[in-house]
Amino acid sequence: MIRRAVGVVGELLITAGVLVLLFVAWQLWWTDVTSNRSQEQIVRALDEGFASGRDTGAALHDAFPELGEADAFAVIRIPRFGADFARPVIEGVGRPVLALGVGHYEGSASPGAVGNFAVAGHRTTYGRPFHEIDTLRDGDRVIVETAPTVYVYEITGREIVRPWQTEVIAPVPDSPGTKPTERMITMTSCHPKYSATERFVTHGRLVEAVPRAKWRLADWSTVEG
Amino acid sequence: MYAALWRFLPGPSWVRALTCVVLVAVVVAVLFEWGFPAIAEVLPFNDNTVG
Repeated sequence: MIRRAVGVVGELLITAGVLVLLFVAWQLWWTDVTSNRSQEQIVRALDEGFASGRDTGAALHDAFPELGEADAFAVIRIPRFGADFARPVIEGVGRPVLALGVGHYEGSASPGAVGNFAVAGHRTTYGRPFHEIDTLRDGDRVIVETAPTVYVYEITGREIVRPWQTEVIAPVPDSPGTKPTERMITMTSCHPKYSATERFVTHGRLVEAVPRAKWRLADWSTVEG
Repeated sequence: MYAALWRFLPGPSWVRALTCVVLVAVVVAVLFEWGFPAIAEVLPFNDNTVG
């Protein structure tokens, strides 16, 4: 009887161990597989929409009901992360949104506007768009494509802060309450990798706004150093 | 526990083994599609926003 009970407990413990390992595999591997697939699909739809002038929003909401009310409205390209690195930018920073791309903090400036265009992205898991955010150097370009205009930002600095330090996404980064005059970009991600105790924050400044008709990625995609 | 399951399954050994593989696949699929996403909702280590 005791022998039997011990046997059952042992099997339950082994089962629990296997389930935990399965969860780790799901989190570290499978979320990347599904999110990368979704994010590529959304980027393709946005690119098509930008090129043709048609609105692909309705089709995207049909394909990704988890978007809810949120719209995918831009594509972010970071040549330092690879020549073909492109991720969708979606309104809001809720969990479902961040699994589908880079999230735009609601209330922060629009791309190219005076103020701070603030976005958040996963450093690990869910397609990890900002996996290599720590490799960005001053002068590296971040390209934000919208339907009418493509905005080119240049990285100006980085900092590591605690999760509650919202001043990093203020209209003037780190000076909340100050009236902005510059056009900034701020990207937040978790830090260190596979942890969420801190946030890795990168700031940049707008250097060019190119109308779509004149846009050529090759003019801006070089990476120095 | 698993021995009881094995005895409960019908058919010769190879059919039972095949049934077990299918059962495991179903459990993994359900966890990947619904179980783990629900658990990840309440775990803190995926946060990357400020505020």
